[in-house]
Amino acid sequence: MRGPRDKRMSIEQVVDQLEDGMTIGIGGWGPRRKPMALVRAILRSDLRDLTIVSWGGADVGLLVRAGKVRKLVYAFVSLDSVPLEPNFQRARQQGTIPEVVELDEGMFQTGLRAAAQRLPFLPMRAGLGSDVLVNNPEIKTVTSPYDEGHGHEELVAVPALRLDVALVHLNRADQHGNATYLGPDPYFDDLFAMAADRTFLSVEQVVDTAGLTVDTPVQRLLLSRMLVDGVVETPNGAHFTTCTPDYERDERFQRTYAAAASGTDEEWAAFEQRFLSGDEAAYQAAVRELQEEKG
Amino acid sequence: MTAPETTSTRADICAAAIADAFRDDGEIFASPMGLLPMLGVRLAKLTSNPDLVISDGESLFLAGVPPLFAKADVVEGWIPFPKVFDVVAHGKRHVMMGATQVDRDGNQNISAIGDFDRPKRQLLGSRGAPGNTVNNRTSYWVPKHSTRVFVEHVDIVSGVGPRRAREAGPAAARFNDIHRIVTNLAVLDVGGPDDTVRLLSVHPGVTVDEVREATGFALDVPADVPTTREPTTEEQVLIREVLDPKGLRFKEVPQATAQEKTS
Repeated sequence: MRGPRDKRMSIEQVVDQLEDGMTIGIGGWGPRRKPMALVRAILRSDLRDLTIVSWGGADVGLLVRAGKVRKLVYAFVSLDSVPLEPNFQRARQQGTIPEVVELDEGMFQTGLRAAAQRLPFLPMRAGLGSDVLVNNPEIKTVTSPYDEGHGHEELVAVPALRLDVALVHLNRADQHGNATYLGPDPYFDDLFAMAADRTFLSVEQVVDTAGLTVDTPVQRLLLSRMLVDGVVETPNGAHFTTCTPDYERDERFQRTYAAAASGTDEEWAAFEQRFLSGDEAAYQAAVRELQEEKG
Repeated sequence: MTAPETTSTRADICAAAIADAFRDDGEIFASPMGLLPMLGVRLAKLTSNPDLVISDGESLFLAGVPPLFAKADVVEGWIPFPKVFDVVAHGKRHVMMGATQVDRDGNQNISAIGDFDRPKRQLLGSRGAPGNTVNNRTSYWVPKHSTRVFVEHVDIVSGVGPRRAREAGPAAARFNDIHRIVTNLAVLDVGGPDDTVRLLSVHPGVTVDEVREATGFALDVPADVPTTREPTTEEQVLIREVLDPKGLRFKEVPQATAQEKTS
């Protein structure tokens, strides 16, 4: 009997499937369980003019600093313990992101839901009365055909956030793309996958299918292989964001990143040289070296 | 009139005022953003409103009322981010957010300062403020009451005040409920004429004129402005010995009693 396809691939093979101008959704949340190894691979590539859709953290900061982003769709960009993402802040203040779409957090989810359900929009209350609608005049309202005693309510018609590609990072997957998160929060990685034409998944560890439910309930199986096009094993691949319970955020590295990003051009160049000039293995080696330094 | 003698620190008074903002909420998800709001919500749960539902700020509903940033507690539910948005839309929630700017109409800004297209200072982004303010009760916490925060018009409307909600129609206005603005100087709401910001009380040691001077718009000031209540002895013990023994609250509101401030 033949089983389902083996979808294992390398980071480079994922990036080879991306193209200039694509709309890419990045899973996780702020500085939590971001597919950072895949983001670093995009930084190394010559990809450009990307539309990035993300509840943003350093993924957004790194990509805008590298000038990869033509359009950014976000609700916030934060590093949690460093509230404001310095690279994002800098890019916004210098006007280097050509187009920005700032949404309410919940509108973002609704937009992904609409795309996942192949609908042009979904109605929502969030956004009404706020400058989200003023700053994004392409977002229209829709009037309810029903009067439930409050008149025909006029709601936001949140447009579908359709993605060419979704990049997500989970804890475990099998070689076919069935995947599980082991931390406390799934975030929206399943929704990103459903909103996208293709989904590439990086994981801490690829295991046998039977291994996926050995020590964790079946309810944690967030992604079915139907939704996944490629699986990459990238240990520590969410670094420096959280990947609970495999590891927590590397706060010290994040402080180093934030200091360089808020510093002079020379300081940023030194950070790039030290951490971002080589491949993923070189990055992980440089991270270990920093961890071994005293302090 | 001189301020009454007090031994409560300003931070303790703020914590009790925040707790009071949640006392009549019943069994809803109290969602504090920031340290003093977290302290105030937990104080309310230990005193005036034990039915409050609280979380660890990440993804767990906590059955007990642990000290600030304590890890271990009995878990009574699961509230990952996807479910938070369900609760927002459902409405059983009272969020207390921060505010970089608040204007006379009770609009709030946490997005950016300056023009949206080319901000002078980029902040967080609008986060959940647009959805919060048209779906569930929303309050604000301002640790440094000043004319930089309280401005005539916010640069970007993240949180929707009652006038903007009304102008956007019944779907926006139905559940818009800006409840309290608690600052290091005073307690305010949006009960002034035409739903504008109104002074409800000044903290012990603070004068009405000080609040007026620290507010960048014409504040509605009733003829008689009471003094914010002192925390009870029980509340002071809870704050100092149970919830915040390390005094983390003084990082947001420096430790100065009313006497120290005025002497």
